[in-house]
Amino acid sequence: MSFKLLARRFYSSKIVKLTSESYPNIKRDSKYGKITPQTIEFFQNLLGSSSTITDNDLLSSYNEDQMRKYKGQSQLCLKPKTTEQVSQILKYCNEFKLAVVPQGGNTGLVGGSIPVFDEIIISLSNLNKIRSFDQVSGILKVDAGVVLETADSYLAEQGYIFPLDLGAKGSCHIGGNVATNAGGLRLLRYGSLHGSVLGLEVVLPDGTILNSMNSLRKDNTGYDLKQLFIGSEGTIGIITGVSILCPSRPKAVNIAFLGLDSYEAVQKTFQRAKNELCEILSAFEFMDKESQLQTLKFLKTSHPLAEDGEEFPDYNFYVLIETSGSNKEHDDFKLETFLESVMEDELVLNGVVSQDESQLKTLWNWREGISEASTFDGGVYKYDVSLPLPVMYDLVNETRTRLQDADLISIDDSTKPVVDVVGYGHIGDGNLHLNVCVREYNKNVEKVLEPFIYKWIQNKNGSISAEHGLGFQKKNYIGYSKSEIEIKMIKDLKNHYDPNGILNPYKYV
Amino acid sequence: MSSKIRILVPVKRVIDAALKPRINKAGTGVESKGVKFSMNPFDDIAVEEAVKIKSEHKAAVESIHAVTIGSSKAQDILRVALAKGVDTSSLVDVGDAEVEPLQVSKILKKVQELKDSNLIILGKQAIDDDSNQTGQMLAGLLGWPQATNASKVKINDDLTVEVEREVDGGVEVVKASLPLIISTDLRLNEPKFVTLPKMMKAKKKPLEVLKTDALGIVIEERLETLKLEEPPARKAGVRVSNVDELIEKLKELKAI
Repeated sequence: MSFKLLARRFYSSKIVKLTSESYPNIKRDSKYGKITPQTIEFFQNLLGSSSTITDNDLLSSYNEDQMRKYKGQSQLCLKPKTTEQVSQILKYCNEFKLAVVPQGGNTGLVGGSIPVFDEIIISLSNLNKIRSFDQVSGILKVDAGVVLETADSYLAEQGYIFPLDLGAKGSCHIGGNVATNAGGLRLLRYGSLHGSVLGLEVVLPDGTILNSMNSLRKDNTGYDLKQLFIGSEGTIGIITGVSILCPSRPKAVNIAFLGLDSYEAVQKTFQRAKNELCEILSAFEFMDKESQLQTLKFLKTSHPLAEDGEEFPDYNFYVLIETSGSNKEHDDFKLETFLESVMEDELVLNGVVSQDESQLKTLWNWREGISEASTFDGGVYKYDVSLPLPVMYDLVNETRTRLQDADLISIDDSTKPVVDVVGYGHIGDGNLHLNVCVREYNKNVEKVLEPFIYKWIQNKNGSISAEHGLGFQKKNYIGYSKSEIEIKMIKDLKNHYDPNGILNPYKYV
Repeated sequence: MSSKIRILVPVKRVIDAALKPRINKAGTGVESKGVKFSMNPFDDIAVEEAVKIKSEHKAAVESIHAVTIGSSKAQDILRVALAKGVDTSSLVDVGDAEVEPLQVSKILKKVQELKDSNLIILGKQAIDDDSNQTGQMLAGLLGWPQATNASKVKINDDLTVEVEREVDGGVEVVKASLPLIISTDLRLNEPKFVTLPKMMKAKKKPLEVLKTDALGIVIEERLETLKLEEPPARKAGVRVSNVDELIEKLKELKAI
């Protein structure tokens, strides 16, 4: 009996519901054309049959997202190898009003790269060459489909570092990172992509290739058009090339992992870290106890702060501090002095510092692993929000209370849909990740969470999407963060450059 | 000799095990500039085991002493060892000189005499030169029994020691009384993180610096490195579309 139950649960978690079934109110727009045998023949001639995917088994990985929350019904995935091919594809699709969805590494968290209905998927994964790197200026030029980690490893050999780092680095594409304006773990130190991207190569919906792949740090001639595409989520053009400024790779990196008692202490420690670590501070991440407990289930090893004999330490909050600099002795001394002073003042109760590279990776795992660990029980509702620091963590507590009041949450009772509410994120950027870990996706849970969370954020003058973007999930909620005038301007731009609306429909605005 | 255990743990500072070592431009050695160093992972296991033995046999263990041979930078790993629970430590300062296993063994013999240690636990090899010689040579010089590649260590009440070693086809158990040398294998334990309060306390623990001439040792090199070379790069693979093509390719390469 129990075996049967288990088998059924396994089975049910295997099947992802079609987005069109989960959201029956959204209908396919009849203005879009449908794929015909002639369409497929055209693309086979253009790209070759191995880059024109029509097999259902092969298509399924392009139709589903990594959270197993969204599932499209695309019957065609194209994998162009050149910018020229992307241009030909869009020209054709625009002519026949065929809707398309551009897709990078498919690591998005808001369903932005997944078709809603039968949109043609344009995967950039075959456009994956590193074009050039300038040793003196540190300017890297790459195709959009280059995997972030590949670019970073390449830069490491030259003594440089990619100014962006995030948990999905092993799969995500640089083009996708730029199109979604990804934030990530190094933003505190190196700033957002709006600053580090120097130029883009973009194919507009009618097939026009817009090339601004120059390597100028300063250029005050006219509107800075590339900014329009950074964070546009594939709605007004497909990015095919990126030119980006990369800083020198720090020679000395230290990680401290600390245990604290309260969110108050987390904020104070952040303030002190900014003051005392100053230019070597490169990341300041916070995690609550619940997020670490969830990660424990997933990593299945003892927590770095666990003392002899205990599996899990007893602190309410955890902080990961990364320092990066050019002189190890200098950094070690600074970090040590800082840690001693915050411990003496009892802001920090306990902590560890990485002694070698493998410990450094282990410590990062306890932060980066949270995202994957959140889906451990079946799925996750993810909210990625910007809020003023003092009230940031209140959202986690209030969300949990709401779920408790609705009797939907329990860590042990598997008949309740929600397992736990966990909070973590980039304190340095005022960015909270609120994850509601669930056993199954459930309309009742959704009704408790939305629009409550968005209204709460609006009240505190925050943003409903700090770095994940709008995509499909937050399309209807942009009004909580942007004014009517702003939304109108966004829509005007979209309609002007994509009058047929073929690029990534049903999303964004 | 008193009936208490005095443990000596020799540790070595090496290029971090997780990094890919690179040959220097002259082709004479491994590039060490701007590279991260840490404690040899096998020695880390040795420290962990010594501390574990002490906590499990509080009455039987009198002290743990850690020793390293290297430049003043090697003090870092002694501090880590002290934070993990080692009581005292010494650095045998040889500057940047390369010290070969036989010399290391001779120095360690002197340190053993100074500290009157009767149980030496050390890594089976250092991951930089992978010699796997020091433990054995030291046992020879001291005339002590040795239990190499330990995967489990058990101290009996009569202070005899049982050591399990993983060998081809099973586990070998060796038993000896003190004095004894144990070299550690990867499976023996999993080193834990050092917490900050322990790190802070370790600053106050003794760390003495010894010079080789005071120990009566002259460092001499018996080995000469002629040249270091990277292994040839692996050629990229090719895709074949069917079995016939695969067989053809294999024949071309004279693989079949």
